[in-house]
Amino acid sequence: MRYSAFSLLAQTLAGHKGWKPAWRDAAPKPEYDVLVIGGGGHGLATAYYLASQHGISNVAVIEKGYIGSGNVGRNTTIIRSNYLLPGNTPFYEHAMKLWEGLEQDINYNAMVSQRGVLNLYHSDAQRDAYARRGNAMRLAGVDAELLDREQVRAMVPFFNYETGRFPIQGGLLQRRGGSVRHDAVAWGYARAADRRGVDIVQNCEVTGLAIENGRVTGVETSRGPIKAKKIALAVAGNSSRLTAMAGMRLPIESHVLQAFVSEGVKPLIDNVVTYGAGHFYVSQSDKGGLVFGGDIDGYNSYAQRGNLPVIEDVMESAMALWPGVGRLRVLRHWGGIMDMSMDGSPIIDHTPIDGLYLNAGWCYGGFKATPASGWCFAHLIARDEPHPVATAFRLDRFATGRVIDEKGVGAQPNLH
Amino acid sequence: MRIPCPHCGARDAQEFTYLGDANPKRPDGMEATEAAMFEYVYQRDNPAGRFRELWYHGAGCHAWLVVTRDTRTHAIEAAEPAKPTKAGAAA
Repeated sequence: MRYSAFSLLAQTLAGHKGWKPAWRDAAPKPEYDVLVIGGGGHGLATAYYLASQHGISNVAVIEKGYIGSGNVGRNTTIIRSNYLLPGNTPFYEHAMKLWEGLEQDINYNAMVSQRGVLNLYHSDAQRDAYARRGNAMRLAGVDAELLDREQVRAMVPFFNYETGRFPIQGGLLQRRGGSVRHDAVAWGYARAADRRGVDIVQNCEVTGLAIENGRVTGVETSRGPIKAKKIALAVAGNSSRLTAMAGMRLPIESHVLQAFVSEGVKPLIDNVVTYGAGHFYVSQSDKGGLVFGGDIDGYNSYAQRGNLPVIEDVMESAMALWPGVGRLRVLRHWGGIMDMSMDGSPIIDHTPIDGLYLNAGWCYGGFKATPASGWCFAHLIARDEPHPVATAFRLDRFATGRVIDEKGVGAQPNLH
Repeated sequence: MRIPCPHCGARDAQEFTYLGDANPKRPDGMEATEAAMFEYVYQRDNPAGRFRELWYHGAGCHAWLVVTRDTRTHAIEAAEPAKPTKAGAAA
Protein backbone atom coordinates (compact mmCIF):
# COMPACT_ATOMS: atom_id res chain seq x y z
CA MET A 1 0.00 0.00 0.00
CA ARG A 2 1.31 3.40 -0.96
CA TYR A 3 0.77 5.98 1.78
CA SER A 4 -1.07 9.10 0.68
CA ALA A 5 -3.79 11.48 1.78
CA PHE A 6 -6.19 9.26 -0.15
CA SER A 7 -5.06 6.04 1.58
CA LEU A 8 -5.34 7.76 4.96
CA LEU A 9 -8.85 8.96 4.15
CA ALA A 10 -9.88 5.53 2.89
CA GLN A 11 -8.55 3.88 6.06
CA THR A 12 -10.27 6.47 8.22
CA LEU A 13 -13.60 5.72 6.59
CA ALA A 14 -12.95 1.98 7.01
CA GLY A 15 -12.19 2.35 10.73
CA HIS A 16 -8.41 1.86 10.33
CA LYS A 17 -8.91 -1.90 10.03
CA GLY A 18 -7.04 -2.36 6.75
CA TRP A 19 -3.49 -1.22 7.60
CA LYS A 20 -0.92 -3.87 6.75
CA PRO A 21 2.49 -4.42 8.42
CA ALA A 22 5.01 -2.01 6.91
CA TRP A 23 7.36 -4.83 5.95
CA ARG A 24 7.30 -8.63 5.74
CA ASP A 25 8.82 -10.53 8.66
CA ALA A 26 11.00 -12.50 6.25
CA ALA A 27 12.68 -15.83 6.96
CA PRO A 28 16.23 -16.06 5.64
CA LYS A 29 16.70 -17.71 2.24
CA PRO A 30 19.74 -19.99 1.74
CA GLU A 31 21.57 -17.54 -0.53
CA TYR A 32 21.66 -13.84 -1.51
CA ASP A 33 23.64 -11.63 -3.84
CA VAL A 34 24.30 -9.19 -0.99
CA LEU A 35 23.86 -9.79 2.71
CA VAL A 36 23.80 -6.67 4.88
CA ILE A 37 24.58 -7.42 8.51
CA GLY A 38 22.96 -4.89 10.82
CA GLY A 39 19.38 -3.66 10.56
CA GLY A 40 20.01 -0.16 11.81
CA GLY A 41 19.60 3.01 9.79
CA HIS A 42 22.81 2.55 7.82
CA GLY A 43 22.18 -1.12 6.99
CA LEU A 44 18.58 -0.51 5.94
CA ALA A 45 19.53 2.53 3.86
CA THR A 46 22.28 0.49 2.19
CA ALA A 47 19.81 -2.24 1.25
CA TYR A 48 17.28 0.30 -0.01
CA TYR A 49 19.79 2.10 -2.24
CA LEU A 50 21.21 -1.20 -3.51
CA ALA A 51 17.73 -1.96 -4.77
CA SER A 52 16.64 1.51 -5.89
CA GLN A 53 19.90 2.87 -7.33
CA HIS A 54 21.72 -0.25 -8.50
CA GLY A 55 18.95 -2.74 -9.27
CA ILE A 56 20.30 -5.31 -6.82
CA SER A 57 17.27 -6.61 -4.95
CA ASN A 58 18.33 -10.16 -4.05
CA VAL A 59 19.42 -8.68 -0.73
CA ALA A 60 18.79 -9.49 2.92
CA VAL A 61 19.29 -7.31 5.95
CA ILE A 62 19.85 -9.42 9.03
CA GLU A 63 19.42 -7.90 12.49
CA LYS A 64 20.18 -9.63 15.78
CA GLY A 65 17.35 -7.83 17.60
CA TYR A 66 14.40 -6.03 16.09
CA ILE A 67 14.40 -3.10 13.66
CA GLY A 68 14.97 0.10 15.64
CA SER A 69 16.48 -1.56 18.72
CA GLY A 70 20.04 -0.40 18.13
CA ASN A 71 21.67 2.98 17.67
CA VAL A 72 19.08 4.21 15.17
CA GLY A 73 16.66 4.35 18.11
CA ARG A 74 19.24 5.54 20.65
CA ASN A 75 20.46 8.82 19.18
CA THR A 76 19.29 12.40 19.61
CA THR A 77 17.86 12.72 16.07
CA ILE A 78 19.97 15.70 14.96
CA ILE A 79 20.91 16.28 11.32
CA ARG A 80 23.46 18.83 10.12
CA SER A 81 26.31 19.22 7.63
CA ASN A 82 28.47 21.80 9.42
CA TYR A 83 31.77 20.05 8.81
CA LEU A 84 35.14 21.62 8.14
CA LEU A 85 37.45 19.28 6.24
CA PRO A 86 37.41 18.50 2.50
CA GLY A 87 37.11 14.75 3.23
CA ASN A 88 33.95 15.36 5.22
CA THR A 89 32.00 18.35 3.93
CA PRO A 90 30.72 16.98 0.59
CA PHE A 91 29.72 13.71 2.23
CA TYR A 92 27.62 15.28 5.00
CA GLU A 93 26.12 17.77 2.56
CA HIS A 94 25.14 14.84 0.36
CA ALA A 95 23.41 13.38 3.43
CA MET A 96 21.61 16.68 4.03
CA LYS A 97 20.33 16.79 0.45
CA LEU A 98 19.10 13.22 0.74
CA TRP A 99 17.30 14.10 4.01
CA GLU A 100 15.59 16.96 2.20
CA GLY A 101 14.09 14.57 -0.35
CA LEU A 102 13.81 11.47 1.80
CA GLU A 103 10.12 11.44 2.58
CA GLN A 104 9.09 11.68 -1.09
CA ASP A 105 11.70 9.09 -2.04
CA ILE A 106 10.69 6.41 0.46
CA ASN A 107 7.00 7.42 0.76
CA TYR A 108 7.20 7.67 4.55
CA ASN A 109 6.70 10.57 6.95
CA ALA A 110 10.05 10.80 8.75
CA MET A 111 9.16 14.23 10.18
CA VAL A 112 12.24 15.89 8.70
CA SER A 113 12.33 19.25 10.47
CA GLN A 114 14.87 21.84 9.33
CA ARG A 115 14.65 23.88 12.49
CA GLY A 116 18.26 25.10 12.42
CA VAL A 117 21.38 23.99 14.29
CA LEU A 118 23.07 26.73 16.33
CA ASN A 119 26.58 26.20 17.74
CA LEU A 120 27.28 28.79 20.43
CA TYR A 121 30.70 30.39 20.90
CA HIS A 122 32.02 31.87 24.11
CA SER A 123 35.43 33.35 23.30
CA ASP A 124 37.21 35.27 20.56
CA ALA A 125 39.21 32.20 19.61
CA GLN A 126 36.08 30.10 19.32
CA ARG A 127 34.42 32.79 17.21
CA ASP A 128 37.39 32.74 14.84
CA ALA A 129 37.24 28.95 14.64
CA TYR A 130 33.53 29.08 13.84
CA ALA A 131 34.04 31.86 11.29
CA ARG A 132 36.59 29.62 9.59
CA ARG A 133 34.24 26.64 9.73
CA GLY A 134 31.38 28.74 8.35
CA ASN A 135 33.57 30.01 5.52
CA ALA A 136 34.68 26.47 4.69
CA MET A 137 31.05 25.38 4.62
CA ARG A 138 29.99 28.23 2.33
CA LEU A 139 32.89 27.56 -0.02
CA ALA A 140 31.60 23.99 -0.26
CA GLY A 141 28.07 25.21 -1.03
CA VAL A 142 26.67 24.60 2.47
CA ASP A 143 24.64 27.26 4.24
CA ALA A 144 26.18 28.93 7.31
CA GLU A 145 25.65 32.20 9.16
CA LEU A 146 27.82 33.66 11.90
CA LEU A 147 25.59 35.37 14.47
CA ASP A 148 26.60 37.89 17.10
CA ARG A 149 25.31 37.86 20.64
CA GLU A 150 22.23 39.99 20.03
CA GLN A 151 21.19 37.89 17.03
CA VAL A 152 21.50 34.78 19.18
CA ARG A 153 19.56 36.42 21.99
CA ALA A 154 16.73 37.25 19.58
CA MET A 155 16.50 33.56 18.63
CA VAL A 156 16.90 31.98 22.05
CA PRO A 157 16.25 34.66 24.69
CA PHE A 158 16.00 32.36 27.70
CA PHE A 159 19.68 31.32 28.00
CA ASN A 160 21.96 32.75 30.64
CA TYR A 161 23.59 35.76 28.95
CA GLU A 162 24.38 37.79 32.08
CA THR A 163 26.07 35.74 34.78
CA GLY A 164 27.52 32.70 33.04
CA ARG A 165 31.07 31.55 33.68
CA PHE A 166 31.46 31.42 29.89
CA PRO A 167 29.19 34.18 28.52
CA ILE A 168 27.61 33.57 25.12
CA GLN A 169 29.22 35.78 22.47
CA GLY A 170 27.37 34.47 19.43
CA GLY A 171 26.90 31.38 17.35
CA LEU A 172 27.30 29.61 14.03
CA LEU A 173 23.92 28.79 12.54
CA GLN A 174 23.09 26.25 9.88
CA ARG A 175 19.42 26.86 9.11
CA ARG A 176 19.06 23.70 7.01
CA GLY A 177 20.14 21.53 9.95
CA GLY A 178 17.51 20.19 12.29
CA SER A 179 16.07 16.92 13.45
CA VAL A 180 14.32 13.84 12.06
CA ARG A 181 12.11 11.27 13.76
CA HIS A 182 14.73 8.54 14.14
CA ASP A 183 12.45 5.50 14.44
CA ALA A 184 10.61 6.60 11.32
CA VAL A 185 13.92 6.58 9.46
CA ALA A 186 14.40 2.90 10.33
CA TRP A 187 10.79 1.99 9.65
CA GLY A 188 10.63 4.01 6.45
CA TYR A 189 13.81 2.53 4.98
CA ALA A 190 12.76 -0.99 6.06
CA ARG A 191 9.41 -0.56 4.33
CA ALA A 192 10.89 1.00 1.21
CA ALA A 193 13.54 -1.73 0.91
CA ASP A 194 10.95 -4.45 1.51
CA ARG A 195 8.75 -3.02 -1.25
CA ARG A 196 11.68 -3.50 -3.64
CA GLY A 197 12.14 -7.13 -2.65
CA VAL A 198 14.74 -6.89 0.12
CA ASP A 199 14.29 -9.44 2.93
CA ILE A 200 14.30 -7.84 6.38
CA VAL A 201 15.26 -10.65 8.76
CA GLN A 202 14.93 -9.86 12.46
CA ASN A 203 16.12 -11.83 15.52
CA CYS A 204 18.94 -13.32 13.48
CA GLU A 205 22.36 -13.00 15.11
CA VAL A 206 25.57 -13.65 13.20
CA THR A 207 27.74 -16.21 15.00
CA GLY A 208 30.46 -16.71 12.41
CA LEU A 209 31.78 -15.64 9.01
CA ALA A 210 32.59 -18.27 6.40
CA ILE A 211 35.79 -17.45 4.52
CA GLU A 212 37.40 -19.62 1.84
CA ASN A 213 40.70 -18.75 0.12
CA GLY A 214 40.55 -15.13 1.31
CA ARG A 215 37.00 -14.67 0.08
CA VAL A 216 33.88 -14.46 2.18
CA THR A 217 31.19 -16.97 1.21
CA GLY A 218 28.50 -16.63 3.84
CA VAL A 219 27.63 -16.38 7.51
CA GLU A 220 26.60 -18.65 10.33
CA THR A 221 23.60 -17.27 12.17
CA SER A 222 21.28 -18.20 15.00
CA ARG A 223 18.77 -19.07 12.24
CA GLY A 224 21.14 -21.22 10.21
CA PRO A 225 23.82 -20.63 7.58
CA ILE A 226 23.24 -18.06 4.82
CA LYS A 227 25.40 -17.88 1.69
CA ALA A 228 26.15 -14.58 -0.02
CA LYS A 229 28.41 -13.30 -2.79
CA LYS A 230 28.99 -10.04 -0.95
CA ILE A 231 28.66 -9.31 2.75
CA ALA A 232 28.34 -5.79 4.11
CA LEU A 233 28.94 -4.97 7.77
CA ALA A 234 26.95 -2.06 9.20
CA VAL A 235 26.94 -2.96 12.88
CA ALA A 236 28.15 0.20 14.63
CA GLY A 237 29.24 -0.52 18.16
CA ASN A 238 29.89 -4.16 17.34
CA SER A 239 32.18 -3.75 14.31
CA SER A 240 35.21 -5.07 16.19
CA ARG A 241 33.32 -8.19 17.26
CA LEU A 242 32.21 -8.96 13.70
CA THR A 243 35.61 -8.35 12.09
CA ALA A 244 37.26 -10.44 14.84
CA MET A 245 35.31 -13.36 13.36
CA ALA A 246 37.32 -12.73 10.18
CA GLY A 247 40.58 -12.38 12.11
CA MET A 248 40.73 -8.60 11.60
CA ARG A 249 41.45 -5.91 14.17
CA LEU A 250 40.14 -2.38 13.63
CA PRO A 251 41.27 1.10 14.70
CA ILE A 252 38.10 1.27 16.80
CA GLU A 253 37.10 1.19 20.46
CA SER A 254 33.50 0.84 21.63
CA HIS A 255 32.33 3.45 24.14
CA VAL A 256 28.94 4.25 25.65
CA LEU A 257 27.22 7.57 24.95
CA GLN A 258 24.26 8.58 27.07
CA ALA A 259 21.30 10.68 26.03
CA PHE A 260 18.40 12.13 27.96
CA VAL A 261 14.84 13.29 27.55
CA SER A 262 12.84 15.47 29.91
CA GLU A 263 9.14 15.36 30.67
CA GLY A 264 7.04 16.87 27.90
CA VAL A 265 6.42 20.60 28.04
CA LYS A 266 4.94 23.25 25.75
CA PRO A 267 7.15 24.49 22.91
CA LEU A 268 10.20 26.10 24.53
CA ILE A 269 13.04 25.92 22.05
CA ASP A 270 12.72 25.97 18.26
CA ASN A 271 16.24 25.00 17.28
CA VAL A 272 18.97 22.52 18.01
CA VAL A 273 21.52 24.34 20.19
CA THR A 274 25.00 23.22 21.17
CA TYR A 275 26.84 24.74 24.12
CA GLY A 276 30.34 25.62 22.96
CA ALA A 277 31.87 25.94 26.43
CA GLY A 278 31.07 22.39 27.40
CA HIS A 279 29.84 19.31 25.61
CA PHE A 280 26.07 19.73 25.73
CA TYR A 281 23.34 19.99 23.11
CA VAL A 282 19.59 20.29 23.29
CA SER A 283 16.51 20.31 21.11
CA GLN A 284 12.82 19.75 21.72
CA SER A 285 11.01 16.77 20.26
CA ASP A 286 7.62 17.07 18.62
CA LYS A 287 6.16 15.31 21.68
CA GLY A 288 7.50 18.15 23.86
CA GLY A 289 10.40 16.50 25.67
CA LEU A 290 13.76 18.24 25.71
CA VAL A 291 16.25 15.85 24.12
CA PHE A 292 19.82 16.42 25.22
CA GLY A 293 23.20 14.81 25.75
CA GLY A 294 26.90 15.34 26.32
CA ASP A 295 30.15 13.40 26.43
CA ILE A 296 30.80 9.71 26.07
CA ASP A 297 31.53 7.95 29.35
CA GLY A 298 35.11 7.53 28.13
CA TYR A 299 36.01 3.90 28.72
CA ASN A 300 35.38 0.77 26.66
CA SER A 301 31.84 -0.48 27.11
CA TYR A 302 29.29 -2.72 25.44
CA ALA A 303 26.75 -2.21 28.24
CA GLN A 304 24.21 0.11 26.52
CA ARG A 305 23.93 1.94 29.82
CA GLY A 306 26.06 4.64 31.37
CA ASN A 307 27.29 5.80 34.75
CA LEU A 308 26.48 8.76 36.96
CA PRO A 309 29.53 11.06 36.51
CA VAL A 310 28.60 11.92 32.92
CA ILE A 311 24.98 12.48 33.92
CA GLU A 312 26.14 15.01 36.50
CA ASP A 313 28.42 16.67 33.94
CA VAL A 314 25.60 16.96 31.39
CA MET A 315 23.21 18.43 33.98
CA GLU A 316 25.85 20.97 35.08
CA SER A 317 26.34 22.08 31.48
CA ALA A 318 22.57 22.33 31.00
CA MET A 319 22.22 24.50 34.09
CA ALA A 320 25.14 26.72 33.09
CA LEU A 321 23.61 27.42 29.69
CA TRP A 322 19.94 27.42 30.57
CA PRO A 323 19.14 27.71 34.30
CA GLY A 324 15.41 27.40 33.60
CA VAL A 325 15.72 23.69 32.79
CA GLY A 326 16.40 23.03 36.47
CA ARG A 327 12.64 23.06 36.93
CA LEU A 328 12.16 20.08 34.60
CA ARG A 329 12.36 16.41 35.48
CA VAL A 330 14.39 13.98 33.43
CA LEU A 331 11.99 11.40 32.13
CA ARG A 332 14.56 8.83 31.06
CA HIS A 333 18.11 8.36 29.88
CA TRP A 334 19.79 5.61 27.92
CA GLY A 335 23.09 4.61 26.40
CA GLY A 336 24.17 3.55 22.94
CA ILE A 337 27.44 1.89 21.97
CA MET A 338 29.62 4.04 19.75
CA ASP A 339 32.25 2.82 17.31
CA MET A 340 34.92 5.35 18.29
CA SER A 341 37.46 5.42 15.47
CA MET A 342 40.96 6.71 16.10
CA ASP A 343 40.52 9.96 14.15
CA GLY A 344 36.85 10.54 14.90
CA SER A 345 35.80 9.91 11.29
CA PRO A 346 33.97 6.99 9.69
CA ILE A 347 35.17 4.11 7.53
CA ILE A 348 33.38 3.04 4.33
CA ASP A 349 35.66 0.66 2.49
CA HIS A 350 36.50 -2.85 1.30
CA THR A 351 38.25 -5.03 3.82
CA PRO A 352 41.33 -7.05 2.83
CA ILE A 353 38.95 -10.05 2.57
CA ASP A 354 37.30 -10.33 -0.86
CA GLY A 355 33.58 -9.67 -0.80
CA LEU A 356 33.58 -8.28 2.72
CA TYR A 357 32.72 -4.57 3.04
CA LEU A 358 32.90 -2.39 6.12
CA ASN A 359 30.81 0.56 7.24
CA ALA A 360 31.99 1.56 10.71
CA GLY A 361 33.58 4.13 12.99
CA TRP A 362 30.77 6.68 13.08
CA CYS A 363 31.72 7.78 16.58
CA TYR A 364 28.75 9.71 17.93
CA GLY A 365 27.76 11.21 14.59
CA GLY A 366 26.17 8.37 12.69
CA PHE A 367 22.53 9.36 12.61
CA LYS A 368 22.92 12.51 10.52
CA ALA A 369 24.91 10.51 7.99
CA THR A 370 22.34 7.72 7.55
CA PRO A 371 21.17 8.39 3.96
CA ALA A 372 24.60 9.24 2.55
CA SER A 373 26.17 6.35 4.41
CA GLY A 374 23.69 3.95 2.83
CA TRP A 375 24.01 5.66 -0.56
CA CYS A 376 27.81 5.51 -0.63
CA PHE A 377 28.03 2.03 0.89
CA ALA A 378 25.58 0.70 -1.71
CA HIS A 379 27.67 2.37 -4.44
CA LEU A 380 30.83 0.72 -3.11
CA ILE A 381 29.21 -2.71 -2.85
CA ALA A 382 27.54 -2.56 -6.27
CA ARG A 383 30.44 -1.10 -8.27
CA ASP A 384 33.48 -2.00 -6.17
CA GLU A 385 34.68 1.58 -6.20
CA PRO A 386 34.14 4.32 -3.64
CA HIS A 387 31.49 6.96 -4.21
CA PRO A 388 33.08 10.34 -5.09
CA VAL A 389 31.97 11.98 -1.82
CA ALA A 390 33.26 9.13 0.36
CA THR A 391 36.72 8.55 -1.10
CA ALA A 392 38.47 9.75 2.06
CA PHE A 393 36.83 7.21 4.37
CA ARG A 394 39.49 4.57 3.73
CA LEU A 395 40.29 1.79 6.16
CA ASP A 396 44.02 2.09 5.51
CA ARG A 397 44.20 5.84 6.17
CA PHE A 398 45.66 5.29 9.64
CA ALA A 399 48.57 3.29 8.19
CA THR A 400 49.16 5.79 5.37
CA GLY A 401 48.77 8.94 7.48
CA ARG A 402 45.69 10.23 5.62
CA VAL A 403 43.58 10.56 8.76
CA ILE A 404 40.59 12.94 8.83
CA ASP A 405 41.10 14.62 12.16
CA GLU A 406 37.98 16.80 12.19
CA LYS A 407 38.23 17.85 15.80
CA GLY A 408 42.00 17.96 16.04
CA VAL A 409 42.20 15.87 19.18
CA GLY A 410 44.44 13.04 18.07
CA ALA A 411 44.31 9.32 18.08
CA GLN A 412 42.52 8.55 21.32
CA PRO A 413 38.83 7.78 21.09
CA ASN A 414 37.89 9.18 24.49
CA LEU A 415 39.05 12.61 23.33
CA HIS A 416 36.58 12.94 20.47
CA MET B 1 31.38 2.85 39.01
CA ARG B 2 33.87 2.38 41.86
CA ILE B 3 37.39 1.16 41.30
CA PRO B 4 39.05 -0.83 44.12
CA CYS B 5 42.42 0.92 44.22
CA PRO B 6 44.96 -1.38 45.92
CA HIS B 7 46.46 1.62 47.74
CA CYS B 8 43.44 3.78 48.57
CA GLY B 9 40.47 1.39 48.68
CA ALA B 10 37.31 1.59 46.60
CA ARG B 11 37.00 5.06 45.05
CA ASP B 12 34.64 6.75 42.60
CA ALA B 13 35.75 6.34 38.97
CA GLN B 14 35.79 10.15 38.68
CA GLU B 15 39.07 10.16 40.62
CA PHE B 16 40.69 8.23 37.79
CA THR B 17 41.75 8.90 34.22
CA TYR B 18 41.31 6.19 31.61
CA LEU B 19 44.00 5.25 29.14
CA GLY B 20 42.62 2.10 27.52
CA ASP B 21 43.93 -1.35 26.73
CA ALA B 22 46.76 -2.44 29.06
CA ASN B 23 48.11 -5.12 26.74
CA PRO B 24 49.84 -3.33 23.83
CA LYS B 25 53.56 -2.80 24.37
CA ARG B 26 55.26 0.05 22.57
CA PRO B 27 57.76 -1.28 20.03
CA ASP B 28 61.35 -0.26 20.74
CA GLY B 29 61.74 3.20 19.14
CA MET B 30 64.71 2.88 16.79
CA GLU B 31 64.07 -0.77 15.94
CA ALA B 32 60.32 -0.50 15.41
CA THR B 33 58.91 -1.06 11.94
CA GLU B 34 56.15 1.20 10.62
CA ALA B 35 53.77 -1.74 10.63
CA ALA B 36 54.50 -2.48 14.28
CA MET B 37 54.00 1.17 15.26
CA PHE B 38 50.72 1.26 13.31
CA GLU B 39 49.51 -1.82 15.18
CA TYR B 40 50.51 -0.29 18.50
CA VAL B 41 49.07 3.19 17.94
CA TYR B 42 45.84 2.44 16.11
CA GLN B 43 44.70 -1.18 16.15
CA ARG B 44 42.62 -2.48 19.06
CA ASP B 45 41.23 -5.83 20.19
CA ASN B 46 38.17 -4.08 21.68
CA PRO B 47 36.68 -7.21 23.30
CA ALA B 48 33.14 -7.54 24.64
CA GLY B 49 33.79 -9.12 28.02
CA ARG B 50 36.91 -9.42 30.17
CA PHE B 51 39.28 -6.52 29.48
CA ARG B 52 42.57 -5.43 31.08
CA GLU B 53 42.83 -1.66 30.97
CA LEU B 54 44.92 1.18 32.42
CA TRP B 55 43.55 3.75 34.86
CA TYR B 56 45.54 6.55 36.53
CA HIS B 57 44.51 7.47 40.08
CA GLY B 58 45.14 11.20 39.74
CA ALA B 59 42.98 12.28 42.69
CA GLY B 60 44.46 9.60 44.96
CA CYS B 61 47.77 7.76 45.09
CA HIS B 62 48.95 8.85 41.58
CA ALA B 63 49.54 5.21 40.68
CA TRP B 64 48.84 3.58 37.33
CA LEU B 65 46.55 0.59 37.77
CA VAL B 66 45.66 -2.37 35.60
CA VAL B 67 41.94 -2.89 36.11
CA THR B 68 40.28 -6.08 34.89
CA ARG B 69 36.70 -5.22 33.99
CA ASP B 70 33.85 -6.77 32.04
CA THR B 71 32.97 -4.33 29.25
CA ARG B 72 29.44 -5.78 29.02
CA THR B 73 28.50 -5.22 32.67
CA HIS B 74 31.16 -2.80 34.04
CA ALA B 75 31.81 -5.35 36.84
CA ILE B 76 35.41 -5.06 38.10
CA GLU B 77 37.24 -8.26 38.85
CA ALA B 78 40.61 -6.89 39.96
CA ALA B 79 42.72 -3.72 40.21
CA GLU B 80 46.46 -4.02 40.65
CA PRO B 81 49.49 -1.75 40.28
CA ALA B 82 50.60 -1.50 36.65
CA LYS B 83 54.24 -2.08 37.65
CA PRO B 84 54.44 -4.25 40.75
CA THR B 85 57.37 -3.21 42.97
CA LYS B 86 59.79 -5.89 44.13
CA ALA B 87 59.64 -6.87 47.78
CA GLY B 88 61.99 -4.65 49.80
CA ALA B 89 62.55 -2.18 46.96
CA ALA B 90 62.34 1.55 47.68
CA ALA B 91 58.89 2.96 46.91
